Amino acid sequence: MNSIDATIAEKGLMSSEMGSERTLYPYVTGTSVIGIKYKDGILMAADMGGSYGSTLRYKSVERLKPIGKHSLIGASGEISDFQEILRYLDELILYDNMWDDGNSLGPKEVHNYLTRVMYNRRNKFNPLWNSLVLGGVKNGQKYLGTVSMIGVHFEDNHIATGFGNHLARPILRKEWHENLSFEDGVKLLEKCMRVLLYRDRSAVNKLQIAKITEEGVTISQPYSLKTFWGFSAFQNPTKGAEGSW
Amino acid sequence: MVVVKRFVLQVHRKSDMSKAVVDLPPKGGFSFDLCRRNEMLISKGVHPPSFRKTGTTIVGLVFKDGVILGADTRATEGPIVCDKNCEKIHYIAPNIYCCGAGTAADTEAVTDMVSSQLQLHRYHTGRESRVITALTLLKSHLFSYQGYVSAALVLGGVDITGPHLHTIYPHGSTDTLPFATMGSGSLAAMAVFESKFREGLTREEGIELVCEAICSGIFNDLGSGSNVDVCVITKGHKEYLRNHQMPNPRTYVSSKGYTFPKGLTEVLTTKITPLKEKVEVIEGNDAMEE
Repeated sequence: MNSIDATIAEKGLMSSEMGSERTLYPYVTGTSVIGIKYKDGILMAADMGGSYGSTLRYKSVERLKPIGKHSLIGASGEISDFQEILRYLDELILYDNMWDDGNSLGPKEVHNYLTRVMYNRRNKFNPLWNSLVLGGVKNGQKYLGTVSMIGVHFEDNHIATGFGNHLARPILRKEWHENLSFEDGVKLLEKCMRVLLYRDRSAVNKLQIAKITEEGVTISQPYSLKTFWGFSAFQNPTKGAEGSW
Repeated sequence: MVVVKRFVLQVHRKSDMSKAVVDLPPKGGFSFDLCRRNEMLISKGVHPPSFRKTGTTIVGLVFKDGVILGADTRATEGPIVCDKNCEKIHYIAPNIYCCGAGTAADTEAVTDMVSSQLQLHRYHTGRESRVITALTLLKSHLFSYQGYVSAALVLGGVDITGPHLHTIYPHGSTDTLPFATMGSGSLAAMAVFESKFREGLTREEGIELVCEAICSGIFNDLGSGSNVDVCVITKGHKEYLRNHQMPNPRTYVSSKGYTFPKGLTEVLTTKITPLKEKVEVIEGNDAMEE
């Protein structure tokens, strides 16, 4: 009797894979997002690429968005799921404004809300395929946290998603320190984004840097980084080893 | 049924013919005979023994006067660190060294093999070995084993044609680069190189950059750890700096040592078994002589 129940449950849970209504794999994806705390607030950087598998389909995707008065969200992963999350957050902020009670949702609250959403979706085997970075300042308190598609969440002084985990985190661990100035913060982010540009295949050389302080959110215009390809070894790389590349 | 019989007969005929043919010498490369049996065992749930991998961060860079190679010293067996201070920079020739990542046995064996082949070649030609010779020997060996010899190498040296740095992948492809990293910690180390490397570094700057890259691997990658080994090769001279940096010292060792005086452990029972039995030797070899 147990085995019959199990098969019925399995069938109901997963459905037929043909008419499945759960996310199996992402289609249009954004690559890493990096965030750091600095003297006046939070700085975040993300490039503007939306890859469709191995092709670079969209080159002007804004992956950094302001939320309410106090928060900034950056997302990597499936772009359509990010747009859905923005709709949920829009509704959340709207309802909060409708209370008109003089209080507004801060970054900690938004982060908690996102964590619950992501974790519950994961439990239903239908995840929102994103890694989110949530930063903000409220009442002088800086906050920077992350949520993954399975609901893993934590807050830290510097956050990186996607390839940034492997390439940017070592740099941030070494060179981040308390009370970075705005210029130093941007330099540090650009250093990480440059390494990602060199070594992440889905990275694009068009990025935005977003800043959030007590005053508000500023998202920069898209710009590109300078890269260096002039190593003498690249002029004739196989000079000493014919047949290699 | 008839088809099967015919198939069996055909097989027999073939084997009869082969007995008449001269036995060919065994060809080199991987023998795939046991693959089906291994797959069947895995499907039955039998786990193959885990092999000792070197987790690893290995790096190399070309500086003003030559090549600097660096490596961490942790060897892992699955989730366990089996060797806290192993040597990953292998000797190939007096002017050529090779860092190895992947399966420890494979990197050791393949570098020792190429090292002895190069020694014989040196005797034959009477000249200093070239880095591309080692490169070609390694890549053709690895290619013929189709990636099953799991050795990812960073080969560096200085020969008559100048300083060279190459990476070799388990399937046999090679790259010639001014700076390179391999192993599980390669991304952490490459992040350091990509942000700080420039051409024409001095010896001190090169060693410092290599150490920084290895430390980045040691502290940010779980498969790498313990100490930093560095090897500096210049024209006509090499320096193997074993444990050049030891950023993970054992912080507490009891200065008094550990003593276990008699009486500390309670004796429950005592049983003494004499090992020598009394043997009687009978004089008189006359019996044997007859």
